[in-house]
Amino acid sequence: MKPFELAGVPLNSRFLIGSAGYPSPDVLARAIEASGAEVVTVGLRRQLAGAGNDNGFVAAVRARGVRLLPNTAGCRSAREAVALAQMARELLDTHWIKLEVVGDEYTLQPDPVELVEAARTLVGLGFEVFPYCTDDLVTCQRLLDAGCRVLMPWGAPIGSGQGLVNPFALRTLRARLPGVPLIVDAGIGAPSHAAQAMELGYDAVLLNSAVAQAADPVAMARAFRLAIEGARLGYEAGLIAPQAMAVASTPVTGRPFTL
Amino acid sequence: MRVTVNGELHELPEGSTLEALLRALELPQDAQATAVNGDFVPRASRAVQALSDGDAVTCFQPIVGG
Repeated sequence: MKPFELAGVPLNSRFLIGSAGYPSPDVLARAIEASGAEVVTVGLRRQLAGAGNDNGFVAAVRARGVRLLPNTAGCRSAREAVALAQMARELLDTHWIKLEVVGDEYTLQPDPVELVEAARTLVGLGFEVFPYCTDDLVTCQRLLDAGCRVLMPWGAPIGSGQGLVNPFALRTLRARLPGVPLIVDAGIGAPSHAAQAMELGYDAVLLNSAVAQAADPVAMARAFRLAIEGARLGYEAGLIAPQAMAVASTPVTGRPFTL
Repeated sequence: MRVTVNGELHELPEGSTLEALLRALELPQDAQATAVNGDFVPRASRAVQALSDGDAVTCFQPIVGG
């Protein structure tokens, strides 16, 4: 596969994986291993009364040799997201941030206005912003204007497992933003969905629930890895254009028994 | 004076700093990030971050996430 970079960092894997919702820390560690992912998302939460440290979770993930991508999940405004991103940078020692600013409680759809404002502020503070956004082209262009170098449009609402509900919009983004690393983030439910994203020319996929909530998360992580690698190879090999009608593949002239 | 810490009310001597509050509550200094009234307060600034009556202090720690 062609070399791949995110924010100037060369990566071998085009699979970014989330760390939430696994049956146990051991399954999480083995799923990360099986996925081949080199970037793992993590979150922050308000300290609960009586809670101690993070129970070694971060150290265990870091021990896999991966790069952490903290998120701003739960934020509803640019101000909240900027504060949380700064906290994540201090705690996790990375300037990478998956920027999430939700604008609708039912769909968990990103708020484009707050998202762009937060992105601009965070880029100014030295962050590498990975915005979780919708597939709206103009919002994506505004995020690039704000200084983002990577975009992460949704395939479908978070955790819904619906796959790519608007391939037209994703295809449009790919066509209009040819040099920008694009990652489908959210909504992927099956390896075939991830493969579809790769075949559209997306640079990577980010997913969590489809692996974490599978009956066998470790096997599912491997399934996604293979699907992503296979589909990316297919994309690079050049997919044939669909035809409306049959096109004979066997090189015969006319009909075999008719002279 | 009274401040809230992660939503819980606490009594503090006037002029207490954020660092003093964390120490009094025996919260590990390095394992969490802090904000006062929604604004991030870096670790290095906690010792000079004076708290005021009614302030809302929040402490965050890493967790799993998608």
